[in-house]
Amino acid sequence: MEKRELTCIGCPMGCMLTVILENGEVTEVTGNTCQKGDIYARKEVVNPTRIVTSTVKVTGGEKERVSVKTASDIPKDKIFEVMKAIDAASISAPVNIGDTVIKDVAGTGVDVIATKNIS
Amino acid sequence: MKNYDIVIVGGGPAGLAAAVSAKKAGCDSILILERDTELGGILNQCIHNGFGLHTFKEELTGPEYAYRFIKQVLDLGIEYKLGTMVMDIAPDKTVTAMNREDGMFTIPAKAVILAMGCRERPRGALNIPGYRPAGIFSAGTAQRLVNTEGYMPGKEVVILGSGDIGLIMARRMTLEGAKVKCVAELMPYSGGLKRNIVQCLDDYGIPLKLSHTVVDIEGKEHVTAVTIAEVGPDRKPIPGTEERYICDTLLLSCGLIPENELSRSAGVEMNPVTSGPIVNESLETNIPGVFACGNVLHVHDLVDYVSEEAGRAGENAAKYVKAAGDSSEQGAAEAGAAQGVDTASAGKPGASQVITLVATDGARYTVPSTINVDRMSDLLTVRFRVGDVYKNSFVSVYFDDERVMHNQKRIMSPGEMEQIILRKSQLSERPQLKTITVKIENE
Repeated sequence: MEKRELTCIGCPMGCMLTVILENGEVTEVTGNTCQKGDIYARKEVVNPTRIVTSTVKVTGGEKERVSVKTASDIPKDKIFEVMKAIDAASISAPVNIGDTVIKDVAGTGVDVIATKNIS
Repeated sequence: MKNYDIVIVGGGPAGLAAAVSAKKAGCDSILILERDTELGGILNQCIHNGFGLHTFKEELTGPEYAYRFIKQVLDLGIEYKLGTMVMDIAPDKTVTAMNREDGMFTIPAKAVILAMGCRERPRGALNIPGYRPAGIFSAGTAQRLVNTEGYMPGKEVVILGSGDIGLIMARRMTLEGAKVKCVAELMPYSGGLKRNIVQCLDDYGIPLKLSHTVVDIEGKEHVTAVTIAEVGPDRKPIPGTEERYICDTLLLSCGLIPENELSRSAGVEMNPVTSGPIVNESLETNIPGVFACGNVLHVHDLVDYVSEEAGRAGENAAKYVKAAGDSSEQGAAEAGAAQGVDTASAGKPGASQVITLVATDGARYTVPSTINVDRMSDLLTVRFRVGDVYKNSFVSVYFDDERVMHNQKRIMSPGEMEQIILRKSQLSERPQLKTITVKIENE
């Protein structure tokens, strides 16, 4: 049996959640005051994911950097690998919102895309 | 210089949404004046996601959210000037501005929309003891350096204040390789969103020290260390609780202040609680035809609410211009019969019902401050903030002495805006109603 403690992000209450896991499966969530906490805890403990946002160097554009994001959420433990790939990347202008900057970043199967137009 | 019916001061989220709504409400003569080199305001440097959940039902980054509105401004052919600083707004709504192409110029506007946003509270306003070396930045300045200029302000960081920008920058600096040693917050609660505390601090093991403040900054040329200490209920440091952190950077995220120098010199009356203009149901200030919206009016928590509010300001400004035009045509025909009538309320002569809104017992302020029932829309959103953390308390609304709303909220905190919705029918059926009071009650 494993016990994990989390803070719910569903609302400003910030309930302190306690999750009980057995063999990697959630058996009990306590401390939540509504259904949101239960759903959040089950996802967060088994498969925590995040969107990563950063910037990438632009060459030949009116600006030095273009803001980027992962097109969808990636596993939380891949964040720093993704950042490493983003820091090494560069793109030449013009760039449009939605353009792919890095394909399949750090083997996540997720692309990094531009979030700003640079001419 | 060409004349415009509506001049909008500021091309950030508020100015953009106001322009789009004014145009859609039928005003074709609109000019946005923006001092930066691009439209979008602060959203351009807010590269993180989480914007637009209410408006677009999806999570956008700041630049993406801004572009949704910039595109509408471009598609609607609304005019704007970049790199343009507004120097003065006269009480008669003459706007004086300058830029490199046009030099100094004036525009006699029929309506002005104030959308200048806000600024961060600087170190000078915080009374932090210690030296004044390089390496102390407001969180927003650091955000601009990292996200738009591509520079890192430092490698080892302490952050004072747990506002959302500070939390976002704790994560951002960490992702770019810096070590964020702690976030100190003077208050016993954070001013930031819970989600940001979890995803920006907890995710990276950055400690949040509530009821702590900076008591010393070391370093003559550059910051070398910062000392923080716990504070008591009187918010004064408790001797013996000091902790010294070796660092090269101190970020400050200690509140935002609406930027109202132009409003004040125009003679706009201000609310000392919000540091923003006092407005009526139409988001109009005490100067007829001068409207305010967004963070210059009161600091918002979510940009979605800025856009919604600014949309109303734009629509009302367009109505005002139209009504002023109608009354001046009528005035010419009826030899001055309409003289002195220059507001959108011109339509209904005689005494209209004006109600004052009062915030008390935990509610710090309301926007708007007054309601002219004739001019209000069928539903009016009144926004306010609370002064403390309240659990399982009630938002109560009194019409004079009668309690008409009593809604329990599981939690309210100073970091989040609250709202109530008033119906026009509720108010118009009470012609004697003078005061609406918003308060927080335990039961």
